Amino acid sequence: MNNSVTNTARLLGAGLRALLVLTLVTGVIYPLVVTGIAQGLFPGRANGSEIKADGKVVGSSLIGQAYNLPLKKGQQTPEPDLKWFQGRPQNGLGHNSVNTQYKLIVSGATNLAADSKDLVQQVKDAQAAVIKDNSVPGHVVKPSDVPADAVTSSASGLDPNISPAYADLQVHRVAEKNNLPLAQVQKLVDEHTDGRTLGFIGEPRVNVLELNIALKDLAATK
Amino acid sequence: MGPVLAGVLQLLALMVALALAYVPLGTYMAKVYSSDKHWRVERWIYRAIGAHPNTEMRWPAYLRGVLAFSAVGVLFLYLLQRLQGVLPGSLGFSSIEPAQAFNTAASFVTNTNWQSYSGEQAMGHVVQTAGLAVQNFVSAAVGIAVAVALVRGFARSRTGELGNFWSDLVRGVTRILLPGAAIAAVVLVACGVIQNFSGIHEVGQFMGASQQWNGGAVASQEAIKELGTNGGGYFNANSAHPFENPTPFTNLFEIFLLLVIPFSLTRTFGVMVGSVKQGYAILAAMASIWVGFVTLMMWTEFSHHGPALQIAGGAMEGKEVRFGVGASSIFAVSTTLTSTGAVDSFHSSFTGLGGGIAMLGMMLGEIAPGGVGSGLYGMLIMAVIAVFIAGLMVGRTPEYLGKKIGTREIKLAACYILITPALVLIFASVSMALPTPPQSMLNSGAHGFSEVLYAFTSASNNNGSAFAGLNANTDWFNTMTGLAMLLGRFLPMIFVLALAGSLAEQKPVPVTAGTLRTEKPLFASLLVGAILIITGLTYFPALALGPLAEGLAS
Repeated sequence: MNNSVTNTARLLGAGLRALLVLTLVTGVIYPLVVTGIAQGLFPGRANGSEIKADGKVVGSSLIGQAYNLPLKKGQQTPEPDLKWFQGRPQNGLGHNSVNTQYKLIVSGATNLAADSKDLVQQVKDAQAAVIKDNSVPGHVVKPSDVPADAVTSSASGLDPNISPAYADLQVHRVAEKNNLPLAQVQKLVDEHTDGRTLGFIGEPRVNVLELNIALKDLAATK
Repeated sequence: MGPVLAGVLQLLALMVALALAYVPLGTYMAKVYSSDKHWRVERWIYRAIGAHPNTEMRWPAYLRGVLAFSAVGVLFLYLLQRLQGVLPGSLGFSSIEPAQAFNTAASFVTNTNWQSYSGEQAMGHVVQTAGLAVQNFVSAAVGIAVAVALVRGFARSRTGELGNFWSDLVRGVTRILLPGAAIAAVVLVACGVIQNFSGIHEVGQFMGASQQWNGGAVASQEAIKELGTNGGGYFNANSAHPFENPTPFTNLFEIFLLLVIPFSLTRTFGVMVGSVKQGYAILAAMASIWVGFVTLMMWTEFSHHGPALQIAGGAMEGKEVRFGVGASSIFAVSTTLTSTGAVDSFHSSFTGLGGGIAMLGMMLGEIAPGGVGSGLYGMLIMAVIAVFIAGLMVGRTPEYLGKKIGTREIKLAACYILITPALVLIFASVSMALPTPPQSMLNSGAHGFSEVLYAFTSASNNNGSAFAGLNANTDWFNTMTGLAMLLGRFLPMIFVLALAGSLAEQKPVPVTAGTLRTEKPLFASLLVGAILIITGLTYFPALALGPLAEGLAS
């Protein structure tokens, strides 16, 4: 009995020493070395791919943002500022966490099921809003024109991209609100559309923040 | 090019990359566990541990090493979280509550990486890098060590000695996981994954004002999280978060990382038992299940059944634009057929059948190709069962790799395949029967039940992914999934090591004309059939109440 207790203690001691020395190797030296290499070779990327407009940092090119009007008195949710290209819907998280709404400090998805009544309602509402916001005189958006990413929430709640189809859909509205010629805005979208990597990896996409920065520049030159 | 074709091409590219890595990595790992040379740094580590790396261990000693090391790991990680509030470098986060700290400690030590917390709101730099990331390395190394011990059981005769646990553990870290993770981490940073130690700070936004940012050693953790099939995200959104997985390329690269060791270990197995063809047969069984599941997942996700997805015109709820449906489907299948559980899209919002495929992948026991090490030993147990079934058909004593599969061996294999389903079904049914646990469900109806079933399937099989609508941060779920993870990891390991010991003691049986040729395609097919039938019969009633009911209704 006494012997087995001593043996167990010796074994646990060996386990603890193994854990501590491996913690030193994989939990201290490894991350510090990788950080050193990362900060030396790719400082911009290692620190979050910050992006500037007019000399000021306006966010990360990897992280989506909200483009909303300031909250009015008594309003619960802000209205989108239709001057700018809009990202994916900001429905936020399910009940187990705090609402995201493009806040970097909380990431996550709605986790609603494909047959959820709540999700059906969210998608319908988003579809109606996209149609209403983007139908301008002389250009009516049909429900079949609205792509799936325009009416669904992303996985991270921070999706920086929209599909080219959703960007194209917003061109008429953005051109009108900014008093810009349609062709110029469309050209801007085309320039900011990234194809699949090597032609087959991932999906074509438009980075909304980069597009809006370019739009701001274009509008300023007018 | 359409998205379906792009998805198929991404799958093919992945297969080519895995095939290129197979022989060099598999052969290298066989050398790692067969060499009698110690690196100098390893000698220092052995001296610190006080272990003699050349001492051979029989299975009880090997098992005691595994259990002692893991027990210390749980305790250390628990205390680290409980003390977070007073540790420096914690970003001002407070200590983790006892139930959640137990859950997280059990989760990371068992290679599950189930998370009932949101990383960016709960864990500071010290707990992430010196606690969670360390277990990402060592829990993976323990898994490979146990698999290698089983392989030695097949390869050795008349001994009962299975190698030295401390040596296998240390070599797995120093020679496989650490170099691999270091290279992968630099690749990830080059593509935009963050790697810094800044605190929570304000950054300007396009519309004015600012938002809070949190830094972190993300790339270094992301690399080992995938390579070690761990899956615990630095952030709540896991590999969907742009700072963890910024581009379509990093997405494919991360899928490659989580598959490369489990697949290549079949080569290691082949080399160590002296017939690489035996490794190919196991590989063929794993790969055909994986490709089959990816095909099914792409089919159901691209056809986007389910009322909300039909109205939206595509299964993009809970998916990122840069990955799309195709790459998200490949990730979802790869993460649930291994023990990874990282996600680049949220499985709860997949089609009903898509969620079912993810669940079934885990229910197979995560053996196609499975977690690092655990996939190989799980698949070898199934091979023993398949050999036994074949033996019954022809009325011959079953043999596998020159070892008789007798009463003791088949009892141990049977215990192995029974323990996990028992854990899943008992924990899930008790949770459903009690009044409070079902209140954690986000969705109602069949999908609500699926959330609970998914949780215990994921925990008991050490996966870690979730139908994340479930509020798992309750005392019940923290405690019960914590127990399910510990029992689901270590009970099977006992049976594996006991089996390994029993095989290593045998003297080899000569190959005769009547021996079942386990390196042939016929056996690989029999193996796949045995896996699907056993899992199908075990889980069909539970699946029928959850994902099948949801999927067939839409």
